[in-house]
Amino acid sequence: MSAEAVWAAFDEIPDPEIPVISLVDLGVIRAVSLDGKRVRVEFTPTFLGCPALEVMKRALEAKVTELGGEPDVRVIQDDSWSTDRISPAGREKLREAGFAPPPPRSSGTPTLVQLQAKAFRCPYCGSTETRLENIFGPTPCRSIRWCESCRQPFEQFKTI
Amino acid sequence: MNARAIQLLQVADDELIVGWRDSEWTGIAPTLEEDVAFSSIAQNEIGHARALYELAAQELGTDADALAFDRAPDEYRCAPLVELHLLEWAHTIARRYLYEEADRVRIAALMGSGDAELAGLAAKIDREEVYHRMHAELWAARLHDEPRFNAAVDELWPYALGVLEPELRDELARRVGRASTSLLQTVERGAHTPDLSALHDQMTEVRRSQPGASW
Repeated sequence: MSAEAVWAAFDEIPDPEIPVISLVDLGVIRAVSLDGKRVRVEFTPTFLGCPALEVMKRALEAKVTELGGEPDVRVIQDDSWSTDRISPAGREKLREAGFAPPPPRSSGTPTLVQLQAKAFRCPYCGSTETRLENIFGPTPCRSIRWCESCRQPFEQFKTI
Repeated sequence: MNARAIQLLQVADDELIVGWRDSEWTGIAPTLEEDVAFSSIAQNEIGHARALYELAAQELGTDADALAFDRAPDEYRCAPLVELHLLEWAHTIARRYLYEEADRVRIAALMGSGDAELAGLAAKIDREEVYHRMHAELWAARLHDEPRFNAAVDELWPYALGVLEPELRDELARRVGRASTSLLQTVERGAHTPDLSALHDQMTEVRRSQPGASW
């Protein structure tokens, strides 16, 4: 067993709420280190109120056990996760599944004016003629937007 | 109890109780969008409480659930602002607005503290709170010339001051455009309002029904 093998195995674990994307694509696994059979994993929540947190932790532990290791999964509650940690492949998978990926954080903390700008692309038709319907959505990580071009609501990942 | 545990419990209890109060709007808000918004905000606030209780639990040798649900009402350290039962829209929005502004000042102070673990968690919480502030600011702007909203803000302002340590109160007053805080009677943290005990009864009912159970 190697750290690479553990990472590859983790890349097979789907996100419990958005199964098109893996936990590795989501960027929540911060570190994997091996000490004999003991596999220490550091992982960060996306949103602190995410109900999938425990499910993810158990899935990581089960995968390590499946590989013959002894899991030591630690939840790290620091500021090291942001939506910028979602991989380029993960962003593409989100878009294909109808979730608009989060804009990068490079432009600073999001503001209401930005969210109301027509700068968000509809994942179905690609139009930027979209408007904010609700800052909040079905889970903490998503907002609801409406596409004026194809006249459909869609879920927009929040940038955090 | 040491100062760090007390500080963690104050913030965690505020977040748990305000989250619980926000969740009271699930299903009965005036629009579906607000149903979703209040439910989502409540989920986030309770998530913040959980993370803070985890740190407090390490300090106190217990676990987060025990801290959230197994204490007596008098042992909670929340500010009276979050306890109030306010199922009326102007007061609800006034509290959301004042609480978010106070919480913004507090989170900024925690992010700059020498306690690396707490500063890191505060920074993570801050990323989520950005969206709560947008919601509160949007409503405060929409209702700024509505007399019922302004009366509610006046009424709750002494409670809002009680969320913060005295040295942070002038910053809150500046942010919400209110005069110096020195002449005001602040509703301080410590004593509880009668509203807390009814909330506590309901909040802990299921857990109390099977003491010691593994859920």
